[in-house]
Amino acid sequence: MTASPHSDPEPVVRFDNVGMRYGRGPEILRDLSFDLPRGSFQFLTGPSGAGKTSLLKLIYLAAKPSRGLISCFGRDVATLPRDELPDLRRRIGVVFQEFRLLNHLSVFDNVALPLRVTGKKRSDYAEDVAELLAWVGLGDKMSALPPTLSGGEQQRVAIARAVVGQPEILIADEPTGNVDPEMGMRLLRLFAELNKLGTTIVIATHDLQLVRMVDAPVMTLANGHLHIRPPRSQRQREADLRNSLDPEPDMPSPADTDSGEDPMDAVARAMEMPEDDETDGEDRDE
Amino acid sequence: MSDDLPRPPSGGAGALLPPDAGRDRPLFVVAAILVFLACIAALGARGAWNQAQNWTTELESSLTIQIRPVDDRDPDADARRAAEIAQALPGVRTATPRTRDDALALLTPWLGEGNLPDDLPLPLMVEVELEPRAARDGRVAISDLQARLDAEGMAASVDDHSRWARAVRRAAGTAQTLGLSLLALLTGAAAAVIAFAARASLAARTDVIDALHLCGAEDRFIAGLFQRRFFMLGVKSGLVGALFAACVSIGVSLGQSPADIAFFLPQWAANPFELILLGAAPLLAGLTSALSARLAVASDLRGRW
Repeated sequence: MTASPHSDPEPVVRFDNVGMRYGRGPEILRDLSFDLPRGSFQFLTGPSGAGKTSLLKLIYLAAKPSRGLISCFGRDVATLPRDELPDLRRRIGVVFQEFRLLNHLSVFDNVALPLRVTGKKRSDYAEDVAELLAWVGLGDKMSALPPTLSGGEQQRVAIARAVVGQPEILIADEPTGNVDPEMGMRLLRLFAELNKLGTTIVIATHDLQLVRMVDAPVMTLANGHLHIRPPRSQRQREADLRNSLDPEPDMPSPADTDSGEDPMDAVARAMEMPEDDETDGEDRDE
Repeated sequence: MSDDLPRPPSGGAGALLPPDAGRDRPLFVVAAILVFLACIAALGARGAWNQAQNWTTELESSLTIQIRPVDDRDPDADARRAAEIAQALPGVRTATPRTRDDALALLTPWLGEGNLPDDLPLPLMVEVELEPRAARDGRVAISDLQARLDAEGMAASVDDHSRWARAVRRAAGTAQTLGLSLLALLTGAAAAVIAFAARASLAARTDVIDALHLCGAEDRFIAGLFQRRFFMLGVKSGLVGALFAACVSIGVSLGQSPADIAFFLPQWAANPFELILLGAAPLLAGLTSALSARLAVASDLRGRW
């Protein structure tokens, strides 16, 4: 269940020393190595401009790395022929930060898009799409055009479109950016449900409140480098294990000192977010 | 989920391409004009060919024997004798000797009546009408006729009009080549304009293309969308262009232009060729447009990732 350097024999996505730059600019992602194990759930966070969206683009095959190896469903992305891309993309669902709905299509047609491009007939998917739209609370807006919807409604259309094809990975870029905290919670529960059904989930956010609600690993981008913090429960287990092995309670644990500082704290400070409601303070010693 | 599931909206799925893509009015007008010009060129080439065909058939279906006046012979008798000889030949329908009076009648419009001295030597003609296509099929031996007339000692020469027929055929061939070249050029221009427009509308709606790609659309799926959109554009502009071409063609025929001008103008003859050409024009325009758009879009998409 963790995003970690090469622990899973067959991850859905594997990054190996990946670097990325746009044109001749500086490298915005450096030496990224991690696996997204099948069925895992992780957050991706970091300050604005840290390269979260670029990293997501690499995962959903909208960009190629400048160096390093990315394998997606076991396929090396660098040597992938162009005509095999669509098949891989159909296994990936993406919720874009800016939704990217097609404004000339109805809500129904927008959500049906991933099914339509595979050549399916309308009669084959109409019921499923209608059911999904009802489930996200848009059953009465199926014929509406996206520009007439509120931000939160558009967000739900984007999410419905991302999941309608039953993708193996769901990538969401700031999925709660446009909704109130209550709706954010509902969407998070939706993602957790999908994860229980076996979907690998990556949620990019800088909403640390959201991150704290799920016991999941957190990938943090800062200065182009990626730090991975294991989920709370794992850190607790490791801490308990260390405490049982080491009878002296005043010695700082290796987990607290080996990386110097938890990157999450650096990020939180960078974004000037209050840490006062933090409940899992077991690895914080400042 | 409750029992009262929401019903999917009725009606067909919305067009994936934005409604305005590939539907600019100027593009439609340009395409219609190109189809119009192409139809006019094709009808003109066909008209010239028809005209030439009529003229050469007329020319080749007759011979003229000219009896030159020679001092010691009676031209009228020679003309009658030449007609008899010609009449006996295979492939000849009629041979009519023209008398001196006929020759004078032919000159009257230029010289006026009674202005010629009676003793002025005039060449006489024998008009020989052939069976259809006899000369071209080689059933009439012109050299044989000439030899027999020579054997009779007449100062006669046989003119089979082939020099004129050749000239007319050459002119018709030139007009036809010109028409077909114009047709090819206009088709090329139409294809280029459509390719340009397809690329432009692809570039204008990158958002749609990206969304389709990220949903897993294959290049040929996207190219197919443009192909269908531009096929319809081609068919519609083809209909308008062909209709205008038919109107112009009918107008020219009704206008009774002088024959020499009409040679290069499309004349309406409601024969199968014209009807098939004008009927096929929208379809051909649609196919040209669709193919051109598909190739342009496919080559553009290959450049992406």
